Amino acid sequence: MSEATENKPTNAARTMSRRQFLADTARTACGVGLLGLGIGVYSDRAGALPANALRPPGAKPEEDFLAACTRCGLCVRDCPYDMLHLGKMGDDVPLGTPYFFAREAGCEMCEDIPCVPVCPTGALDHDLTNINDSRMGLAVVSDEETCIAFLGLRCEVCFNICPIRGEAITLDKKHNERTGKHSLFIPTVHSEACTGCGKCEEACILDEAAIRVLPNHLVQGKLQAHYRKGWEEKAKAGEALVTPDTEHRYNLPEGMRYEHAGEGLIMDDADASKSDAINILNRGFGD
Amino acid sequence: MKQTRREFIKNNAIAATAAAAGITIPGVTIAAEGDDGIRWDKAACRYCGTGCSVLMGVKDGKVVASQGDPDAPVNRGLNCIKGYFLPKILYGKDRLTQPLLRKTNGKYDKNGQFEAVSWDEAFKTMAEKWIEARKKGPKGIGMFGSGQWTVWEGYAAQKLLKAGFRSNSLEPNARHCMASAVGAFMRGFGIDEPMGCYDDLEHADAFVLWGANMAEMHPILWSRLTDTRLTKKGCEVHVMSTYTHRSFELSDNDIIFEPQTDLAIANYIANYIIQNKAYNQDFLDKNVNFTKTPTDIGYGLRPTDPREKAAKNAGKGKLSKISFEEYAKSVEPYTLEYTAKLSKVPAKNLERLAKVYADPNKKVSSYWTMGMNQHTRGVWVNGLVYNIHLLMGKISEPGNSPFSLTGQPSACGTAREVGTFTHRLPADLVVKKDAHCKFAEKTWKIPAGTIPRANGKTDDKDQTDISGKPMGKTLIHAVAMHRALNDGKMNTFWVMCNNNLQAAANFNDESYPGWRNPDNFITVSDPYPTVSAMGADLVLPTAMWIEKEGAYGNAERRTQFWREQVAAPGDAKSDLWQVMEFSKYVKTDDVWDAALLDANPDFKGKTLYEVLYANGQVDKFPAEQVTDDRGNKYDNHESSHFGFYAQKGLFEEYRLFNSAEGIPKKGHEMAEFGAYHKARGIRWPVVDGKETLWRFREGYDPHVAKGEGVKFYGKPDGKANIITAPYEPAAEPPDDEYPLWLCTGRVLEHWHSGSMTMRVPELRRAVPDALCYMHPKDAKKLRLRDGAKVKVVSRRGEIETRVDTRGRNKPPQGLVYVPWFDASRLINKVTLDQTDPLSKETDYKKCAVKVVKA
Amino acid sequence: MAKPFSEIGNDAIQSKGWLAAHKWLILRRVSQLGVLALFLLGPLAGIWIIKGNLSSSLLFDTVPMTEPVVFLQMLATGLVPATDAIIGVAIVAGFYFLVGGRVFCSWVCPVNMITDAAHWLRERLGIRGGARFSRNLRYWMLGMVLLLSAVTGTMAYEMFNPVSILHRGIIFGVGLAWSVVIAIFLFDFLVAKRGWCTHLCPMGGLYSVIGRYSLLKIAADKREACNDCMDCFIVCPEPQVIKPALKGAKKGLSPVILASECTNCGRCIDVCSEDVFSFGTRFNKYEKLGSEIGSAQKV
Repeated sequence: MSEATENKPTNAARTMSRRQFLADTARTACGVGLLGLGIGVYSDRAGALPANALRPPGAKPEEDFLAACTRCGLCVRDCPYDMLHLGKMGDDVPLGTPYFFAREAGCEMCEDIPCVPVCPTGALDHDLTNINDSRMGLAVVSDEETCIAFLGLRCEVCFNICPIRGEAITLDKKHNERTGKHSLFIPTVHSEACTGCGKCEEACILDEAAIRVLPNHLVQGKLQAHYRKGWEEKAKAGEALVTPDTEHRYNLPEGMRYEHAGEGLIMDDADASKSDAINILNRGFGD
Repeated sequence: MKQTRREFIKNNAIAATAAAAGITIPGVTIAAEGDDGIRWDKAACRYCGTGCSVLMGVKDGKVVASQGDPDAPVNRGLNCIKGYFLPKILYGKDRLTQPLLRKTNGKYDKNGQFEAVSWDEAFKTMAEKWIEARKKGPKGIGMFGSGQWTVWEGYAAQKLLKAGFRSNSLEPNARHCMASAVGAFMRGFGIDEPMGCYDDLEHADAFVLWGANMAEMHPILWSRLTDTRLTKKGCEVHVMSTYTHRSFELSDNDIIFEPQTDLAIANYIANYIIQNKAYNQDFLDKNVNFTKTPTDIGYGLRPTDPREKAAKNAGKGKLSKISFEEYAKSVEPYTLEYTAKLSKVPAKNLERLAKVYADPNKKVSSYWTMGMNQHTRGVWVNGLVYNIHLLMGKISEPGNSPFSLTGQPSACGTAREVGTFTHRLPADLVVKKDAHCKFAEKTWKIPAGTIPRANGKTDDKDQTDISGKPMGKTLIHAVAMHRALNDGKMNTFWVMCNNNLQAAANFNDESYPGWRNPDNFITVSDPYPTVSAMGADLVLPTAMWIEKEGAYGNAERRTQFWREQVAAPGDAKSDLWQVMEFSKYVKTDDVWDAALLDANPDFKGKTLYEVLYANGQVDKFPAEQVTDDRGNKYDNHESSHFGFYAQKGLFEEYRLFNSAEGIPKKGHEMAEFGAYHKARGIRWPVVDGKETLWRFREGYDPHVAKGEGVKFYGKPDGKANIITAPYEPAAEPPDDEYPLWLCTGRVLEHWHSGSMTMRVPELRRAVPDALCYMHPKDAKKLRLRDGAKVKVVSRRGEIETRVDTRGRNKPPQGLVYVPWFDASRLINKVTLDQTDPLSKETDYKKCAVKVVKA
Repeated sequence: MAKPFSEIGNDAIQSKGWLAAHKWLILRRVSQLGVLALFLLGPLAGIWIIKGNLSSSLLFDTVPMTEPVVFLQMLATGLVPATDAIIGVAIVAGFYFLVGGRVFCSWVCPVNMITDAAHWLRERLGIRGGARFSRNLRYWMLGMVLLLSAVTGTMAYEMFNPVSILHRGIIFGVGLAWSVVIAIFLFDFLVAKRGWCTHLCPMGGLYSVIGRYSLLKIAADKREACNDCMDCFIVCPEPQVIKPALKGAKKGLSPVILASECTNCGRCIDVCSEDVFSFGTRFNKYEKLGSEIGSAQKV
């Protein structure tokens, strides 16, 4: 700048215009910069997805998704069940991006996943070809106090509607201590199979769903890296990791056995009456 | 493709709304306000035959709260998902509140539009039609009732038809449901209903499901069975079905058999027991007769059907005695190898099942429902399972129980115990027997010879009809009623407390044309505009469930009462009120023959109401303020209308059939009316105030004397029948053109035709549509993706639905399953109106279909 | 310049008739509404010619199209776009390269109708003053938008972009998008004359760049007939582009409006009673021009 003024001291008008130009430029840069900052902060705030809004199948992690999604709505258009929406202005979701609320209508998990291949940018990952591999979120039984299965009632609507039948949600059967003669059928979600399609939350018969689908990171715990599940390691290895014991022998009265790592104490005479019957039965047709 | 899927859903949403004319959503929100001022009272659950007790909370004349009854032995406070929403079934937005008659220009017209009319006009119109139709003969009229009727509703209807109209054209929908079980009980034991009770669920070591999906259809019993399986060492569960369903989740032995081969499997087990000499010789010697039943009996189709013409012994079932050796020989062909091949069940699974029965130290309970009852050989296969239990003596004691479960809340209590079938009278009496009829006539204080005998003869002489001609044969079962309507032989039909147009098989060829036959006048009593109501000419609005004082009898012989807890909306009236009130519009002179009236001049010119209900017996108990032991007061609209305690009068008269002097059949004793309002059900026979848990065994059953051990006292010689019957193929197996079996049934969330549960928005959201469950490989072969729109097509009709290859029911290849709750997809357009020729019960489980892309 | 705004174009109406004096304006509105209609045909009538919105769309379920500003933002976030997006942006950019970059602004963009309306009202009411911006601001804006994407790693500007908000709002459901319409309208009406489209919009900036060498151009073919009524300068959203072509004969400048900011709206053709302007290709004109310039230089 100073060089310019020194070199062309006589050309005042030009200096003025250059100065003007530089000043204008600086002002413009500042203005635009401020505007950019504003948009940046705004978009950061408004770009946060509420916990109950889920992305379509195959959506990249949220950061990448927001980088890739052009907000074109093609996925919304190609959903045969009309359950995807595009964030409108004023909605609580990033503007123009596709989402669904499980409680309103979950993903029907079409085998052909029509919403994914139409995505022009790969915001929905085209490598997703098996809908069972999608991870839209993770179901969690969020309220055991109101879920009527925990009360012993035979509901199981979430289990019945789950598209990954018997894998994503199982029913753990437990003795009902209160009635003494009924069983509880407790819904249990398994993250290795749950796609987060949201059908369970949609179908939950309570006024407020007791099972909800949330982003995985809000739901899942993480085991310390050092800890192994012994029984799984053993199964993986196909044998005990440490050499099994030599044979155990016990001091026991007549008619009793002890099964190491099995049933423990066994009183044989309890079964004595049955031996005849089993013998009869095992004779088979040849008799 | 994508497009069509979306449109399809849209279209079907429209179809559902239009077709069912009000699968609407309850307009009343049931609020959980403060619990102050809520009056709690007990009731039996409105749905299945389990018989859970519920407590309903009423405030300001509305049910505002509900709970499972914690003091009820069946459910101990639990409910299934349907029971959880019970209050909502009362408050559907589209409740019918006034009688509706099809009219044009102010006059009845079969093709007119429904218009509101008064009860008086409704009954006048109806009476005119009924009197006219009755002139054709006893089969000119017909009434189709229900296993959801209360005990006294069934009893009042029984009297109206058999004693009033002198017609045996009375059937319950239990014909579609329990008739095969009844047939087998009567043939095997001479007395209806299970010998055991639900306590077997805690005492058995092994459970065998023969065509029952208890996990969904008897949810609370299933949770008891599951608990026993979990907590009892060595307990095992064997599940048999033609497709994998939710009960298999607990199964230790999965048996998926080719439809109809359950006959062979049961015979194989008997053969196994005999071959291994595992049978209980002592029990057989003392308690069992061996018999055989005629074979090649047809399929209950119209007589013109080639399959009926080809049958050697169509409809025959007379038993003949055989020896043990002959019996053993009859089951000998059912070897493991043969049976495994026929049934397509792996031999090891069959053998494991046989061993459980044959193990004398294992207590085995067998359970079944529609898989075995809705079967063209339903009576046979019921009997074959009894054979197994009888061979081993595993019967009539805790844990050893062949147990036929019921689908309706009072299939036992009303349809069976009151006997609202064409051939029955209360307490196991039958119109085939002159003596039974005479006993009923005496009890009912009507002239001898009033009730039409099955063959139209009393004291070997012809009964005369109003026409002056002999009555002729008078029995007509449910499926035959639709055929008679279709043929114009039956002209009036009153459907009460069920949805028969949606429920009956072969909608296109039989039921619909029968209902809309211009000669016929169809009356439907219902709380809601169901498919049946839409097919009717006169719709009568009904007070349902706890809008009236009622009684149900569940599958374990438990009779449960409840009081009228809320008033019905508008002009809706209970079925009891309707039956009794209608009887005022018909006189004996209208429907009785002159000879009968001349012989009994006291009955001349009387209304049927006077003859049947104001008979000095039913009207014995004056109307009273119903009060519970806590001082809460209840209305009773029937009492206040008729001026006497109708329910009590009817029940006490009904009780004469099982406890009066000289009753033809013993073993049905009930407690007096008041006792039931003080207990959460009592299991009959009730003798000296004590209820009976297990029948036919000394110590448990008061009818078995000391020292008798076991006595099947339903039979004159106290012995049960083992009845041999072979495997015979189904009526319509798949072929090249229709290559798939179709099986129909229910889902946990909806009950029967969905007329109640589809009006609970939460249940509707949980299971909105009936899907076509299919094996993924079958779907792939047809190039159908999961969710694809398809047509299920049979020789009779087709429906559109979507394919489900990953849902709760997993058929094997070659079979599809479609539930029938969905009024917008009437699967009974597809099913065949085949029946068991003996029980006349429809087989909804087997017909041939093809599935094509729609 | 003293002529009131309401009289602009009167001469043309008199000499050519109303219709001819509004020909391009009408065609342009037809095009703008037609594009919207095409997008709406699917959701409203179930006729799916084009699916999506201006950001990305699919023509006849096969031809992908991606909007270049969106595409650049995506690149700026550091993301490698999928093939569809690359093909799509090539198609769109190629199209506008041919017909003129800012044809998007005047013939397609729905915001143009709002800003035109705001401008019309502003002039009719004679509102003067307000903020003044450099016409280069849009390039700064473009830079800022891309920088923002790079910094935030998301398409941050798409949370704010009135063009996509409005278009998406119309097609997928309005929500609060009407507030953007009002904001843009008020901005152009009260705050700055032709504030958004001519000065601020970064999309306009990029399309200017794309159309720098486009084939389709307007030329002041008969510039010798100009009667200096100035109507064209008044109606033109980018009046600076006209002068070199219309008045550049002496300087030996081409009659073709070469400036990239020209939106090819054709309004100058409409309002000129002397038919000075017409559409043509830059190429032919350039040949002619080249020789003219050549001869001028020789002189």
